[in-house]
Amino acid sequence: MLRRITILVFGLALASSVRAQTLRVAAAADLRFAMNDLAGQFEKETGTKVAISFGSSGNFRAQIENGAPFDVFFSADTEYPERLIRVGAADAQSLTVYAYGHLVLWAPAEEKLHLAERGFAALQDSRVSKIAIANPEHAPYGRSAVAALKKAELYEQVKAKLVYGDNISQAAQFVQSGSAQVGVIALSLTFVESMKSGERWEIPVELYPPLKQAAAIVSASRNKKAATAFLEFVTGQEGRKILLKYGLAPPDEEKKP
Amino acid sequence: MSGEALLLSLRLACMVSLLLLVIALPLAYWLAFTTWRGKFLLESVVALPLVLPPTVLGFYALIALGPRGAIGRLWQIMFGHSLAFTFTGLVVASILYSLPFAVQPLVTSFESLDRRLLDASAVLGASRARSFLRIILPLAWPGVITAVVLSFAHTLGEFGVVLMVGGNLAGITRTVSIDIYDRVQALDYAGAQQTALFLLVISFVVLSVVYGINRRVWSPWGSR
Repeated sequence: MLRRITILVFGLALASSVRAQTLRVAAAADLRFAMNDLAGQFEKETGTKVAISFGSSGNFRAQIENGAPFDVFFSADTEYPERLIRVGAADAQSLTVYAYGHLVLWAPAEEKLHLAERGFAALQDSRVSKIAIANPEHAPYGRSAVAALKKAELYEQVKAKLVYGDNISQAAQFVQSGSAQVGVIALSLTFVESMKSGERWEIPVELYPPLKQAAAIVSASRNKKAATAFLEFVTGQEGRKILLKYGLAPPDEEKKP
Repeated sequence: MSGEALLLSLRLACMVSLLLLVIALPLAYWLAFTTWRGKFLLESVVALPLVLPPTVLGFYALIALGPRGAIGRLWQIMFGHSLAFTFTGLVVASILYSLPFAVQPLVTSFESLDRRLLDASAVLGASRARSFLRIILPLAWPGVITAVVLSFAHTLGEFGVVLMVGGNLAGITRTVSIDIYDRVQALDYAGAQQTALFLLVISFVVLSVVYGINRRVWSPWGSR
């Protein structure tokens, strides 16, 4: 009995490590919807199966440093992939800036906050008791949100109202579900059906350091050929079109789409 | 609902409850019958996962199973990869996490046995192993079922530990409870709802089975 179980354990462990043909992608949460489109299109064209995990860039950095079996990492900043390269966990020559992200102030239409006319001033509305942002400790969008609020000299006033999502899509979910009345989230998350009806105000780019998003291939990957092909696809003609559809500006267009 | 996540969770829960039974039977036997005065210390260790936040257990598991941890390094030497973010790593962490759910029902049912039966069996010349197999196990049957069912259900529903050591990898560590968390963040409420409802039903069925067995509504030996 015991021997059979041991064999089963090792067998299953082996089975999961052998499946190398699937491309494992760690993607920053702002890519939640764009990456599904990108992967779907790539799968259709190449037949390579893509498995995506979404989360905060900082968490992925820690996981990859600790040996998480990803092939390629799409961060929401450039720092985390660079750090992985410094510690030898990612390939230096694979570092690619694939998009510039943007911040948006977003609220469900029924909150009637008139974001488009009032902009940041709406945050001081008495009806706003909770403002959702991503956790600035490990999410680049959260860091940029804090930077923008500071630059607008609002941070101290609204600090007590901030609630942190584990990553930017959780912050978006907090607002979308009405738990928070308004959120500072990624523009790229506001193009899906359930977010389209909301009010939005694009935060002026002068208020925060550019969200220069880079990707890198994980050194321990045994699937580098497919990883390189996918990176090329994302930065290529078709990939750029999909990124633009979600408000993610391709690298050579630092201006907004 | 994601079939892949569901299958993965069922596979995990089956393996963990089987392995736990193998580990918990001798451990519970010893805890129930030892006269050692320091027994309460081991009992406390076994019960720890009941009160520890899953993040604490997950944190230590991540450190221990990762490439720099003792277990992780040993595993890496043997198999070429660390245990963190693998299915096997999940199995190891879940065994720790669900240990009290397997051990405690067994201990309770062993302790409540009529000791005179064991004495009689010993007097009649039965070995300890024979007494265990022929007297203790059949009589403690409801405890065994409860242990297996509870550790199965607890593993199926665990979240914090899996999130910490698993890393949300589709087909490897994305269990149903992680899948629900992921779907809510993707604003896929319909998908989350289906999976959540499924877990709710399973949990209810499992608890009904456990309570039913303990009230002897049904029993593999017929009513007594």
